[in-house]
Amino acid sequence: MSEKREIVLPGEFLCEKAGRKVGSGAYFEGEKVFARVIGIPNIKENEVSVIPLAGAYIPKVGDRIIGKILSVEISGWMVDINSPYVAFLPLAEGVSEFVDISKTDISRYFDVDDIIFCTVSKVTKDKTVQVSMKSIGSRKLHGGVLIKVNPNKVPRIIGKGGSMINIIKNKTGCEIYTGRNGYIWIKGENKSKAIEAILTVEKESHVIGLTEKIEKMLG
Amino acid sequence: MAKSEVKLLIDGKRLDGRLPGEMRKVEMKVDVVSRADGSAMVKFGNTVAIAAVYGPRPLYPKYLQEAKSGILRCRYNMVPFSVVERKNPGPDRRSIELSKVIRLALEPAIFLEEFPKATIDIFVEILQADGSTRVTGINAASLALASAGIPMKDLVTACSVGKIEDTLILDLSGIEDNNSECDMAFAMMPSKEKITLLQMDGTLKKEEVKKLMEMAKDACAKIYEMQKNAIKEKYR
Repeated sequence: MSEKREIVLPGEFLCEKAGRKVGSGAYFEGEKVFARVIGIPNIKENEVSVIPLAGAYIPKVGDRIIGKILSVEISGWMVDINSPYVAFLPLAEGVSEFVDISKTDISRYFDVDDIIFCTVSKVTKDKTVQVSMKSIGSRKLHGGVLIKVNPNKVPRIIGKGGSMINIIKNKTGCEIYTGRNGYIWIKGENKSKAIEAILTVEKESHVIGLTEKIEKMLG
Repeated sequence: MAKSEVKLLIDGKRLDGRLPGEMRKVEMKVDVVSRADGSAMVKFGNTVAIAAVYGPRPLYPKYLQEAKSGILRCRYNMVPFSVVERKNPGPDRRSIELSKVIRLALEPAIFLEEFPKATIDIFVEILQADGSTRVTGINAASLALASAGIPMKDLVTACSVGKIEDTLILDLSGIEDNNSECDMAFAMMPSKEKITLLQMDGTLKKEEVKKLMEMAKDACAKIYEMQKNAIKEKYR
């Protein structure tokens, strides 16, 4: 692992296309591939892409995210997902039992400002987003605090196979949910310590040996 | 031919001691506005511009939304103390036009179709004005866009060129701008060799236009390197 990682800027030449698949963060003109976001280039034998360092969260089907209820509609909820797009949670995707909407006020299930852990279930071409609570692990999050981090740093906060987040969870004894969209929910006695650790990981995501540093920091 | 009241060239040197083809001292800094998604400050001599980028973010009122692509909104503003005589605050005819010009210069570089129904907002504030404010603003805005992680074809680089006392010059200062025979604002995507802004005020011969554009291209290549260094500095 090299100490300094190379960073590319939009418009920087990456490589010849040479039959490679052009992934996210890159674009091609003729036979040449260029970066289109600021990030770290990832050039492989059959694919070339750029891992972004900044930018808003764009929803993708299957992402586990944390959302905040914005409003209660007739048969569902509007959810803030820390993205340029607001998501919709239909009644049938949010509640497993049968609900007669003519008789029930659905705010008894989710009300404005409630926090939910859910999955992106549908994204149309013009970015109409639908989320679902049907997947395993989805739930309403009671109490706790919600913090916002750069969505591109979430994989680092989780770590390989959850290594980083598990250290923070074990050392602080907090309950932590990380959403792919950059919202992180924390509950527990030592939450200020956990928040500090998470913000350190976000800020120093490029530092080598960060796991040890966090371990030391949390004692 | 417009004659200036002040002598702008003395022994082949300009008022601030520069040669005709010389740029002022350029300074660039990224991340100057902590609450913005991306921001940058660019100084060209005494001209100082700050740009802040917010977005992509939801766009309301809804009738402004485009179904197939996002929109770019831009605001150019000069603060009241940016010039010698106090500028009346708020948008005027000139800043509305320049807002549009800056937007048109940046728009071809951005992949707006990736953000349907959303908006990207750019705010360009001129803290100190001493000529070439629009190109300084464009340089700052394109740096801010890149550091906000917005997908772009290339950075946009801009500079101004002009003519004083029959001499072609680069990077006009305020006094040269006011007394020039001709001035030209120029913006391009350097690695694509595509021009995104070309404005001219005054009169020029055909050969002079060609020569000025060559000068501007060379200058843009230099500014492009500075922009790249400025943004990479952030991650060092």
